[in-house]
Amino acid sequence: MSLFSFLNRRNTAPMARERLQVLLAHERAQVGHADLVGLLREEILAVIARHVQLDEDKVTVSTQRGENVSTLEVDIEIPATASVRAA
Amino acid sequence: MAKVIVVTSGKGGVGKTTSTAALGAALAQRGEKTVVVDFDVGLRNLDLVMGAERRVVYDLINVVQGDAKLTQALIRDKRLDTLHLLPASQTRDKDNLTAEGVEKVIDELRQSFDWIICDSPAGIERGATLAMRHADAAVVVTNPEVSSVRDSDRIIGLLDAKTKKAENGERMEKHLLLTRYDPARAERGDMLKVDDVLEILSIPLLGIIPESMDVLRASNLGAPVTINDAGCAPSLAYRDAARRLAGEQVPMTIPGERRGFINKLFGRRAA
Repeated sequence: MSLFSFLNRRNTAPMARERLQVLLAHERAQVGHADLVGLLREEILAVIARHVQLDEDKVTVSTQRGENVSTLEVDIEIPATASVRAA
Repeated sequence: MAKVIVVTSGKGGVGKTTSTAALGAALAQRGEKTVVVDFDVGLRNLDLVMGAERRVVYDLINVVQGDAKLTQALIRDKRLDTLHLLPASQTRDKDNLTAEGVEKVIDELRQSFDWIICDSPAGIERGATLAMRHADAAVVVTNPEVSSVRDSDRIIGLLDAKTKKAENGERMEKHLLLTRYDPARAERGDMLKVDDVLEILSIPLLGIIPESMDVLRASNLGAPVTINDAGCAPSLAYRDAARRLAGEQVPMTIPGERRGFINKLFGRRAA
């Protein structure tokens, strides 16, 4: 333990570098994430609304970031009474 | 053609104002007409670092609001004919600074200057976004220290999103200026190295300014370090950075660094 703390005290820069890399990877993903979902939600809504009447509150868009695969989930509730316009 | 540069960092106290003054003076020493503009409304300091604090009559907000002409607010440096200062307001509300007003002033400055260097306030609020809004290129001032690097990363994100260039779908030119660098401490492993910061922020390097007493000495006297002592290590580093900003190819060195390390850095492509 004393040996470890001795090494740690001598070399703090690698720790700083590692902490920053982990933190910034996380923060960049978060910022990008928020913007992307908002943008996707707006554009998807606009496309669907051209053809189907829908309630804006009944639409949810979310993304999940996995290590290898990220998913985009779009959940749109279309009321049974909605009039469907021909394309 | 005029070029508008924003000097920004997110974090305070890393050397934005010092670097604005030093780079501005270095560009002016090349014979190019340069104006340094203080955007830190309420907490102006560029006037003090430039040694012009007693010559301020009108300021940026006076010009934006039409109370004074631009030529009345501009202060010509007593040591360098090509260097000018547009001070910020000390007392007025920063809400008086509007995007349209700033654009008008910048456009007017573009008519008569080669370089317009905007000293951004710290933070990511309105003052900082207004300072970067009309820039053609950005100098991101960073200390080799975790909080500064993190804040620089945020600012780089803003430069790519909240500027006029970004909104027009153009690429914002960004340069890293690493200040207060201590080669000996970095070598010992007690400070982030140049390569660490470059790898994390991944924008091209404009220059490495060594930690030095000469910087404080110059600001004590109210002179940009590049004017106060043209031969000291930080001055040489700022002068090289200014040349790179102007598009020259200058090999990257750390003044006072050991030879082996210089060779490692030698040949690194500058911004």
